[in-house]
Amino acid sequence: MMRYLQIFGTFVAASLVRDMTFRINFILECVTSLGWMGMNLAFYLLVFSYTSEIGQGSGWTKAPFFVFLGTGLIINAIVQAFFMPSAEEFAEMVRTGGLDTTLVKPVDAQFLLSMHRVKFSAFANGLVGVALVCWGASKADPAPSLTAWLLFPLLIGCGVAISYGLIVMLAAATILMGRNQSLYDFWFYITNFSRYPAEIYTGPWGGPLRMICTFVLPILLVVNVPAHTLALPIRAGDVRLIIAAIVAAVLMLVLSRLTFQAAINKYRSASS
Amino acid sequence: MSTAPTFSRHQFLPSWHGWTTMLSISVADRLAHRGDFFVGTLFRFLPIVTQIFLWTAVFSAAGTSTIAGYSRNDFVAYYLLTMMARSFSSMPGLAGGIARSVRDGSVKKYLVQPVDYVGFLMAARVAHKLVYFGIAAAPFALMFFLCRSYFPPLPDATTIMAFLATLVMSFLLGFFLEATLGMLGFWFLEVSSLIFVYMLAQYLLSGHMFPLDMLNSIALTDSGYSLGDLMQLLPFQYTAYFPCAVWLGKIQGPDLAFGLLVEAVWVVIAAVACRIAFLRGTRRYSAYGG
Repeated sequence: MMRYLQIFGTFVAASLVRDMTFRINFILECVTSLGWMGMNLAFYLLVFSYTSEIGQGSGWTKAPFFVFLGTGLIINAIVQAFFMPSAEEFAEMVRTGGLDTTLVKPVDAQFLLSMHRVKFSAFANGLVGVALVCWGASKADPAPSLTAWLLFPLLIGCGVAISYGLIVMLAAATILMGRNQSLYDFWFYITNFSRYPAEIYTGPWGGPLRMICTFVLPILLVVNVPAHTLALPIRAGDVRLIIAAIVAAVLMLVLSRLTFQAAINKYRSASS
Repeated sequence: MSTAPTFSRHQFLPSWHGWTTMLSISVADRLAHRGDFFVGTLFRFLPIVTQIFLWTAVFSAAGTSTIAGYSRNDFVAYYLLTMMARSFSSMPGLAGGIARSVRDGSVKKYLVQPVDYVGFLMAARVAHKLVYFGIAAAPFALMFFLCRSYFPPLPDATTIMAFLATLVMSFLLGFFLEATLGMLGFWFLEVSSLIFVYMLAQYLLSGHMFPLDMLNSIALTDSGYSLGDLMQLLPFQYTAYFPCAVWLGKIQGPDLAFGLLVEAVWVVIAAVACRIAFLRGTRRYSAYGG
C-alpha cells in the first residue's frame, strides 16, 4: 500500500511540474472551467428569481439547492482532476497499442491506467464548490447537524467511488470495442441525470427513471445523497439512501475491478 | 482519378464541380463512422429529458402557468428548437482551423492558387451541413415526433417561411462571425482564448441556455431598460433564440419583419468584417518553406 502511495505521490508531483511548465495554459484552463461554472450558477440564480423552490414541497429552495450544486462541483472536480485525464488517454492507448508498455510494468494495471495523470486546473471549480456548500449550509434552516457534517465527506467519497467505477467500466468498454473516442461525451450524457435533485424525477416516466438511476446505474446517489444529508433534515427514509450509497460505492468498485480485469484478459495488442 | 475543385480567381463561391467534389468528400468522411455519428446525435438529446423534468419541477413550485411568457411545454419545445437552430449556426472547428492554417502556413496554398479561401470554407461548411442533416434527420425526426405534444399547433405558412429564413441567416451569421474570429489568427496566431470567450458569450447570450425573455425581468436602469433589451442589440440572439421564438409565435407581425431585417443586416456586417479581416490579414501575412 505504501509503495502505491509513493508511486501516486510521484504521479502528482510529475503532473504538477507539467501543469506549471505551461502556466498560461493552466490559468486559461482554470478560467475556462470557472467561466462555464459561473454561467450555470447564473442560470440557476435566474431560475430562482421566478420560483422559490425546484419541485413543489421538495425542500430544494435556493440555499439547499446551492449546497447541491456545490456538492456536485466538489465531486466533479475530484473526478476530473484524478481520473478523467487518465481515462481519456486510455482510449488512445488501446487504439495505438500503447497499452502494451503499461501492462508489462510491475504495477497494478488499473492503478497505473486510471490514476497516472492529475489535472490541477480541475480543482478551481472544486474550491468554488466548497464555498457554495459553506454558504448554503450557513443559510440552511435548520442548520446541518454534526452527524450530517461528519457524514458529508464520507458520502462525497462514495460519490467519487461510484463515479470512478463507472469511468473504469467505460474505459474497459474501450478494450472490447476497440474504439471509444467519445468516452467523455458518453460520460457527460450519462451523468447529466445526476446533476439535478432526484425529487424532480416524478410521474409515470420519472418514477421508473429515478429507480433505474438509483438502483441499477446508481448515478443519482452520487450527488443527491451527500447534498441531501447536509442541506435538508435527515429523515428515517434517508438513512436507507445513505446505506444504499455506501453499498453502491463498494459494489461499483468491485464490479469495475472485475470488468477491467475481464477486459484486459481479452486485450489483443494493436502494435506490431 | 479525381480532379481538384475548380474556382476562378475572382469567384467567391466554387463552381458546380467544386461543390460536388467537396460534397462527396464530406459524405465519405461522415459515412466512415456513421454508426458512431448516429448514436452520438441521439445521445445529444438526452439533456432534453432532464430539461423536461427540471422545468416541470420549476413550474410545479412556481404556482404559475407561464414564466416570462413561456409555458412548461413552450420551454421544452424551445430547447428542442434551440438544438435545431444551433445545428445550423454552430461551426465547430472553423475559427480554430483558420487560425491553425495561418500558424502552420497551410493557408498559403489558398493565396497562391486560384482559390478564394473564404469561398472554399463556405462551400466546405455547406457540404458538411448538408451531410450532417442527411444523417441527423432521422434522430431529429424521432425526437420531435416523441416530443410533439410539447409543441403548439403548426404555425401559418408565413411564420414557417420566416423560420426557415432565420435558420439560413443563422447559418450565414454563425459562419461569418466564426470565420472573422479565425482571421484574427493573422494578427495573434493563437486565438484559442478568444474562441473560448466567444463560445462563452455565444452560449449565454444566444439563448442557448434559456429563452432570453427571462432576462426582461432584470432592470438595468430606473427607466425600465432591461438586460433582455440589451441582448436584443447583439447579434448572438439570431443564432439560437430568434428562430425558436419565431416558430413558437413569440415574435409576430412588424416585430418579426423588423427582426428579419436586423438579422440580414448583421449577416452583411459579419460578411464584410470577415472579408476585410481576410484582405488585411493576408497583406501582413508572411510564410516561408515548401
